[in-house]
Amino acid sequence: MSDSIELSNRPAVLGGAWPDAAGRFGEFGGRYVAETLMGPIEELAAAYERFSSDPEFQAEFRAELRDFVGRPSPLYHARRLSETVGGAQLWLKREDLNHTGAHKVNNTVGQALLATRMGKTRIIAETGAGQHGVATATVAARLGLECVVYMGEEDVHRQAPNVYRMRLLGAEVRTVTSGTRTLKDALNEAMRDWVTNVDDTYYIIGTVAGPHPYPRMVRDFNSVIGREARAQILERTGRLPDAVVACVGGGSNAIGAFHAFLDDPDVELHGVEAAGDGLESGRHAAPLSVGRPGVLHGNRTYLMQDADGQIEGTHSVSAGLDYPGVGPEHAWLKDIGRAVYTSATDSETLAAFERLTRIEGIIPALESSHALAHAEKLASARSRTGIVIVNLSGRGDKDIPTVAALQGIEDLPG
Amino acid sequence: MSRLAGRFAELRAAGRAALVPFVTAGDPTPDVTRRLLPRLVEAGADIIELGVPFSDPMADGPVIQRAGERALAAGMTLSGVLDLARGFRANDRSTGLVLMGYLNPIVAMGHARFAAAAAAAGIDGVIVVDMPPEEGEPLLAPLREHGIDPVFLLSPTTSVERMRRIAQEASGFLYYVSLKGITGAGHLDAASVAEALARVRGVSALPVGVGFGIADADTARRIASVADAVVVGSAIVRRVEQALDDPERIPDRVGGFVADLRSAVDAAKRGAPDAAERAEPGSAKR
Repeated sequence: MSDSIELSNRPAVLGGAWPDAAGRFGEFGGRYVAETLMGPIEELAAAYERFSSDPEFQAEFRAELRDFVGRPSPLYHARRLSETVGGAQLWLKREDLNHTGAHKVNNTVGQALLATRMGKTRIIAETGAGQHGVATATVAARLGLECVVYMGEEDVHRQAPNVYRMRLLGAEVRTVTSGTRTLKDALNEAMRDWVTNVDDTYYIIGTVAGPHPYPRMVRDFNSVIGREARAQILERTGRLPDAVVACVGGGSNAIGAFHAFLDDPDVELHGVEAAGDGLESGRHAAPLSVGRPGVLHGNRTYLMQDADGQIEGTHSVSAGLDYPGVGPEHAWLKDIGRAVYTSATDSETLAAFERLTRIEGIIPALESSHALAHAEKLASARSRTGIVIVNLSGRGDKDIPTVAALQGIEDLPG
Repeated sequence: MSRLAGRFAELRAAGRAALVPFVTAGDPTPDVTRRLLPRLVEAGADIIELGVPFSDPMADGPVIQRAGERALAAGMTLSGVLDLARGFRANDRSTGLVLMGYLNPIVAMGHARFAAAAAAAGIDGVIVVDMPPEEGEPLLAPLREHGIDPVFLLSPTTSVERMRRIAQEASGFLYYVSLKGITGAGHLDAASVAEALARVRGVSALPVGVGFGIADADTARRIASVADAVVVGSAIVRRVEQALDDPERIPDRVGGFVADLRSAVDAAKRGAPDAAERAEPGSAKR
C-alpha cells in the first residue's frame, strides 16, 4: 500500500479535479472570509500546493501514519453482526484503532507537518466531541507546538474524558460560552483567535468545511481511509463493495471513506446524518436532509437555518455530529447524485451502539453508530453475498458517560 | 453622485473627517434603535453604520456579539433592519446609512430582492464582512444596479496587489481595519495606520475610513488627522450595554459619547503630510 497516502486531488475523479482553483465543488465551497484572513489563507493554499506534491513531505506524512498513527487500519469482517442482521456482509474499516481512537488524527498529523514547514509555532483547533481536539493536542505534543483548543461549554460537560485528555497532553482548553455553546461556536471562536494571531498561529480545522483550501486539504489527508479499504476488500473478497456507509457531521470521515470509490459507479455511497429526536421534531443535525444552501464558516453549503438566514441550533446524542453545516463536497455529491444522504435517530443509534458492543466486542463512537444503524438496514435488504463497508470512524470510550446517563446510571466509578 | 460620495465631498471641502458611529440594529430592541438613530445625527454623525445581527458573527468581538444576541432575542431580522432604515430615512435625507453584516441573511432573502429592498429603504452602502470581492459577483451586480455602494474592508494583511483589486470593486469609501483581530480588540497604532493609509491612497482615490479598535475620543482625534472617516463601533455598543437596566437612557448616553467623539474628530489637525500628499483630481486642498 505504498501509494496509499498520496496527496492531492489528482488523479481527476468524476471528470475533473475537484475542487477547482477557486475552491468550488460545483456551486458549493469557495472562500467566504473576512479580509484579514484572505492573506493567510492564500499563503496556506500556496504552502499546501507546494508541500503536497513534495516527495519529502509525502514520505514524512507516510511514515507518521505508519509509525505514529498505526496505519493501515484493519478492515474487519463483522461476521456475527452480519448473521444477526441477516443479509449482506458487514465489514468495518477500523479507524477506531488509530492512535487517539478516531480518524481525526490522519488530518491533524498532516496539517501539523504543514504548520511546522510554514514556520508556525502555535496550533489552534475547534472541537465538538473532543476527538479532533485530542488528535490536535496529540500531534502538538509530538511536535513541541503550543496548542489551544476551543470547545463549546455544552460539549465540555458531555465529553469530560476528552477534555482531561487534552489537558494531560499539554493543551489549553478554552470553554466557549457564546451562541449555542457547541461546535459551531467553537469554530467561530477559533476563527477569531486566528484572525488575531495570524503571524505565528496555524488553525487546524477538523472537518472538510471552512474556506478553501481546508475542504480539499482535510479530504486529502483522510482519503487514505478509502484507498486502504478499497485495496483491502479487493484483496479479501476479490471484488468491490456494494455500498460504503459513513456518518456525516462536517463529513471528514465520510469524504475520506468515499473518495477512492467515486469513480466506481457500482459502489453506492451513503452518508448518514444525525436525525436526533427525528427529522420532524426539529431537534436534529441534518442539513443535507432538510437544510438549504447558504454561507457559513467560509464556504457555501447546505445549512440548518431559519427563514431569515440565522443559523439554527442543532441536537444530536453525539457531540461530533452536532453541527448545522456540512462539507461543501458532500453538498455537491448530493446534488449530482453520486452519494445519497440519509439519517439515523438517537434511539436507532443507541440500539446500533449496544448491538455492536455486545455482538462483536467493539464499542463504537456514537458518531460512527449512526453509520452502523443505517448500514444494518441496508444489509438486511440485501442477499448474503452482498458487501457493505462501514467506516467505524471512532471508538466509544469517550461516550461511556453519555450512554450511562441515558441508561439511568448516574454514578460511574472514577 | 451617491449620497456617500456627496457627503465625503462636502467634508473634504470643509476640511473635516467623517464621523461614523456603528450600532447594532435592534439592540436591545428595535424601538431603542429607532430613537437612537436621530440622536446619533444630532450628536454629529455623518454616516451611520447599522449592524445587521447574525447568529455567527465570526469577525466580531464579545461586545458586538452580545449586541447581536440581544437584537436577535428581540426578534430582529434583516427585513426588520430595513424597516428601521426606512423609518429613519423618511425624516433624514442627508445622513449616509451603511449596512454592515454577514452574507447568509442576504443569501436567504435573495441577492436581487435584498438590493431592491435596501435601495427602497434608503440604504447607501453595504459592507458584507465575509464576502471578499472574489465571491462578490452575485451581490455586486444588483447593488450597483440599485445605486448602492459596495464598501469593502482592507486589513494589515492585505497586499497592495489585493488592495488594487478590491478598490476596483468598491465605491463610496474603503474601510481600513486598523488591526489584526476582531472588532473591539486591543489598541491601535496611529503611526502604522498612517503608513497603511498611504499605501491605500497609492492605489485608490476613494475616501478611506478607519475602524476596529477606536475606543475613545483621543484615539478618534489621532485617526481623524490621517483618515477620511473615523468608525467607532464597540465603544458605542458598550455604552448601550451599560445602560441596559434603563433603556430609556440609551439614546442620551450614546448621544453624549458621540458628541465627544465629534469634538475630538473636529479638533484633529488635518493636512498631516500623508493627507496633504494625496494627489486626487478635483479634491479641495485641506
